[in-house]
Amino acid sequence: MGKVRIVHYINQFFAGIGGEEKADYKPEVREGVVGPGMEFNKKFGDDAEIVATIICGDSYFNENLDEAKAEVIEMVKKYNPDLFIAGPAFNAGRYGVACGAIAEAVEEELKIPVLSGMYIENPGADMFKSSVYIVSTKNSAAGMRHAVKTMAPLALKLAKGEAIGAPDAEGYIPRGIRKNYFAEKRGAQRAVEMLIKKLKGETYITEYPMPDFDRVEPNPAVKDITKAKIALVTSGGVVPKGNPDHIEASSASKYGKYSIAGVDDLTEETYETAHGGYDPIYCNQDSDRVLPVDVLRDLEKEGKIGKLHDFFYTTTGNGTGVKISKSFAETFSKELVADGVDAVVLTST
Amino acid sequence: MVHMCTVTPISLTVGANRIIPTIAIPYPLGDPKLTKEEEKVLRRKLVEKALKALETEVDGQTVFED
Repeated sequence: MGKVRIVHYINQFFAGIGGEEKADYKPEVREGVVGPGMEFNKKFGDDAEIVATIICGDSYFNENLDEAKAEVIEMVKKYNPDLFIAGPAFNAGRYGVACGAIAEAVEEELKIPVLSGMYIENPGADMFKSSVYIVSTKNSAAGMRHAVKTMAPLALKLAKGEAIGAPDAEGYIPRGIRKNYFAEKRGAQRAVEMLIKKLKGETYITEYPMPDFDRVEPNPAVKDITKAKIALVTSGGVVPKGNPDHIEASSASKYGKYSIAGVDDLTEETYETAHGGYDPIYCNQDSDRVLPVDVLRDLEKEGKIGKLHDFFYTTTGNGTGVKISKSFAETFSKELVADGVDAVVLTST
Repeated sequence: MVHMCTVTPISLTVGANRIIPTIAIPYPLGDPKLTKEEEKVLRRKLVEKALKALETEVDGQTVFED
């Protein structure tokens, strides 16, 4: 293969055209390198060359997504490149989204490999990391050399169709792809070695990273619980008998909202659990063991709480992803607030 | 919000701020070994603890042990 031909996409800022006031700049193509492309070409040496640079304003791209994509793809096509590079965008949000979107579209339409670079917290990284190789960069353009140093060799590998290694070896943001390979040591041995390192306080690399959980500031205390409206929410899968909405036993795609107005006690005849991740026998006998409606109803009658909310919300927390769980809560917590609920008791199995 | 669960390390990992440890995974708020009446007393104690936690100011993740 001769010299790899690359088309590079940058925004109005990196092209030196202007900042925010020029963000509606329409796509324009220039022969050769512009701005950060020089750094890339230096790194590529005789192996590759940026043959054209496409410049587009970040606002123009994001406000005219379909049009902008089509225009840029036409421009790229003319140069018949082996590879398309977008950015790096560092922590510039709209630029990141533009880079991810155009890279994904070019790969899909023109069937050539693509590459971008972003700071891990750039919204574009989260949106496009699974479809596009995105090198993890620093959060500002001061990290340009650093970014190019990682992007250039990966770009050459992609263009030449070479095998791409693991994210930490190549410097790109994990795409959530699992690849089978033959390990030298068996799993039990790797696990014990990891455990020993952990016990010694040494660094080790997990083979199964946990998702990133966010943190929220604690809400202030409820001033007077005897006046408060309390709602029940559960990940224990309690549902009216027969599971009318067919909430899945695991990896739930939905949650249920059910009225408990006038219900004093959850019985074997009226409620059960849809959860497939624990022995359901105890909950099926008496769902108050998971969702304490009986006790809260008593406390309501005794004036120890203001009111038990008329609806409870439920899903099965068994294998249900963080992202979808978060989307459930984003929806129903708005309803709870709108219904004047002061506090929530969340039960989990 | 107060989170009532048995495996409190999970609750801490996912970020709950007020946490009440409960009885067991399949029956967090009960105990089938007890009579129905005893069980309800136990459940009430746990729920009252949860309500108390809601009335308590916390400045970070807090597990309300006994």
